[in-house]
Amino acid sequence: MEQQIVKVKNKRGVRVIPGFGLSLGVTLAMLGPLVLIPLASLFLKAGSLSFPEFWKVVSAPQILSGYGVSLSCAFLAAVVNAVFGMILAWVFVRYEFPGKRLMDGLIELPFALPTAVAGISLTYLYSDQGWIGRWFAKIGVQIAYTRIGITIAMVFVGIPFVVRAVQPVLEKLDRQYEEAATMLGAGRITIFFRVIFPELFPAFLAGFGLAFARGIGEYGSVVFIAGNIPYKTQIAPLLIMTKLEQYKYEDATAIALVLLILSFLLMLGIHSVQIYMQRFSEG
Amino acid sequence: MAERNETMGTTYEKDMVGDGVCSLQKVIPPQKREGNHAVKYVLIGISACFLFVMLVLPLAVVVINALKEGWAVYKENLLDEYTVKAFQLTMLATVVAVAVNTVFGIFASYLLSKFYFRGRQVLAALIDLPFSVSPVIAGLIFILTFGNIGWMGEFLKSHHIKIVFAVPGVILATVFVTLPFVFRELFPVMNAQGKEEEEAAALMGAGGFTIFRRITFPHIKWALLYGMILCTARALGEFGAVSVISGHLRGKTNTLPLHVEILYNEFHTTAAFAVSSILVILAVGILVLRNLVEWKRK
Amino acid sequence: MKKRGMLCILILTMASSLFAAGCGGGKDSSSDRKESLELLNVSYDPTREFYAKYNELFCKYWKEKNGEDVTITQSHGGSGAQARSVIEGNEADVVTLALAHDITAIEEAGLIDGGWMDEFESDSSPYTSTIVFLVRKGNEKNIKDWDDLIKKDVEVITPNPKTSGGACWNFLAAWSYWQEKDGNNEAETKESMKRLYENVLVLDSGARGATNTFVENRQGDVLVAWENEAYLSMEEYPGQYEIITPSVSILAQPSVAVVDQNADEHGTKEIAKAYLEYLYSDEAQRLAGENYYRPSNEEILQEFAGQFDLAMNLVTIDDFGGWDEAYKAFFEDGAVFDQIYAQ
Repeated sequence: MEQQIVKVKNKRGVRVIPGFGLSLGVTLAMLGPLVLIPLASLFLKAGSLSFPEFWKVVSAPQILSGYGVSLSCAFLAAVVNAVFGMILAWVFVRYEFPGKRLMDGLIELPFALPTAVAGISLTYLYSDQGWIGRWFAKIGVQIAYTRIGITIAMVFVGIPFVVRAVQPVLEKLDRQYEEAATMLGAGRITIFFRVIFPELFPAFLAGFGLAFARGIGEYGSVVFIAGNIPYKTQIAPLLIMTKLEQYKYEDATAIALVLLILSFLLMLGIHSVQIYMQRFSEG
Repeated sequence: MAERNETMGTTYEKDMVGDGVCSLQKVIPPQKREGNHAVKYVLIGISACFLFVMLVLPLAVVVINALKEGWAVYKENLLDEYTVKAFQLTMLATVVAVAVNTVFGIFASYLLSKFYFRGRQVLAALIDLPFSVSPVIAGLIFILTFGNIGWMGEFLKSHHIKIVFAVPGVILATVFVTLPFVFRELFPVMNAQGKEEEEAAALMGAGGFTIFRRITFPHIKWALLYGMILCTARALGEFGAVSVISGHLRGKTNTLPLHVEILYNEFHTTAAFAVSSILVILAVGILVLRNLVEWKRK
Repeated sequence: MKKRGMLCILILTMASSLFAAGCGGGKDSSSDRKESLELLNVSYDPTREFYAKYNELFCKYWKEKNGEDVTITQSHGGSGAQARSVIEGNEADVVTLALAHDITAIEEAGLIDGGWMDEFESDSSPYTSTIVFLVRKGNEKNIKDWDDLIKKDVEVITPNPKTSGGACWNFLAAWSYWQEKDGNNEAETKESMKRLYENVLVLDSGARGATNTFVENRQGDVLVAWENEAYLSMEEYPGQYEIITPSVSILAQPSVAVVDQNADEHGTKEIAKAYLEYLYSDEAQRLAGENYYRPSNEEILQEFAGQFDLAMNLVTIDDFGGWDEAYKAFFEDGAVFDQIYAQ
């Protein structure tokens, strides 16, 4: 923030800081066996299908509906997380109140709680006999074993992403602009959407994307709370399991590959936006 | 100001918030401030409700069910032979995951923040991939590589090396799913810090290690610690990928989360929640530790 | 000042992790490898309780006979997933799974020699079971037979046959009822099956998952379950459930086999064989009966006549032409089960 030094882009080939080779080497040496080689196996296995076969597997109606369920619920969960994540980050940064530290500390809990435990507890809460579910059952809304249940499980696992992405940027935000805008008579909502939000946008997007991607892949907590009914509440990762149960490794990897490519594109998109915005802000 | 850090798991600078509030008070006319208060309490209320419903209640379910049959049963459940073994394995996997993560995170974020090169975005996206890969896939890829049906299966078998359905597989899966954590924390900090200081030091003739130790490290130490803490939390709780790769061998390849599932499936609900409560306690402990670190930092 | 604090924390973290690693790793390496015989039994979900007791029985028997100590490691999960783990490299010495189809899959992967089904008595099924209904005490919806399951307001819990071996038996039991009733009219049978699955509220991925959904989360009116699973739930939650036996059901034959390749490699073939053979001994058969499995030994089965409804009309998998045929006809992608949901 304080660094107003004029940036001179490195001419390619001239690197002043030592350690490029070493850090590239170590990074790739670790990334290789841990991520790249295993992932390559997935391509290898799926590659033993010809393209028409591959297409037939991944475009079967049941599989498509599985992607549909995963994507739509994950998207919805990411939106919920985006809204509440924004509010939480705002509250943590801008306000002082008792119990704030505790609330702040709880945010990462979904990382630490095993997804199976989360699934079991959430089902316990939201089934029509549960503490929360029973109130909804009275007004005729079934939560567990429907897509709402799936979405809730995905919201749970995605909570930390948006909060933790937005929070640091919000802390850094210079308040002068807000004050200036206030003095110029702008309303609070206008200030938020015209002054603050644009600054937060890259971080917000990153958090949203991560929560979205996490939701698409979520399995452990969702299987407990989803009814797993084909065409209704069957998620894509469950379909991978179904294929595996039939010893159809190629089909399973084909479905997995589509999911993987989806999440990779999401990640790539996020990083491009982040790096672009960073360059942009550097001028 | 230089101490500011901008990680996922961070705090705010208290003075700064204080300043902000002061200056706001100076600027905003009194009638507006009241509305501001209303907004404040509504927002805090919403946050509290959301966290209560989504986080505190599931935790309460775990704790209440764990203690349903009283302390004696609870203690007995925790001291069960298989629970202790599962605990040891979980600890081992966590420690390895954190160690690998730390080394990887430092080098990778140094690489991506201090140097411009082609394919930076792709590399960054690849590193983040384990975040978003479905745990089912994460387990599957190791089986497709090192298992009997994998392309390395023959080789490993002839050399009597067991990876999947054994402890190394469990550790590998844990490392895989936690890989981006330290990187995620360090990268934004290093990125924001820029590279002018390192460049200056290099031009003055400092060696690579010296630059890192004297210039880079002081900037990132807190972020590094947060990353390690988060990574620990995540490693403790990993379920999906490990479940695919472990083979569920009781007392051998069962981690705590797997043990929870097994107990639940054995109709030992209370024991299942008791073991979950260990994980909850560890998690809360870790998160408290993080807050403590923050407090110490000031 | 600040720096020192930081350093302390880092060192503490490191030290504690090293300590933890020592605890975790130390024990594993110290456990002596080949001093006692080790056996790995890969089984499916509902047999946990039975094998926990059987292993004790067998260890005692083996010790008396050969003077050797045996350590038996158990692994449980969905039958299909367990079979898969053996194929993928889980080095089981013996497998005791829910259906022959899963063991055939291991055979096809080259790990089990052909003809395993004739290696032990009664088609290598030392105990059998059947499919019954578990309802809540009082049986409010008055469920008596399969036809009651397709009534409008009845909610059924059963696992997904595509991910659960047990569920395949459920499906086939229901199918054989309507097949008999409709006089082999496949279209009508399919229609009834469709109505059955329309009433399914939760289609869990495993048999235990379904039982937990019904028992723990109190979902649905009726659980279509293995007989042993139903009795176990009755035992765990006394006075809360009733078992209803339908007029037609299927003889579910869980199969056992020695995984020849692994046993040869480990040098455990002899004991692996003895382990499975001993399942047919009177003691083990009685133990199976006590754990609500129907002993394959007729005499001992009669001892449990008070417990099991022996008058049930049970079809067998052979009526469907064996597992390979049945699986192809009903559970392959695009087969009957998929058609039921596709419409």
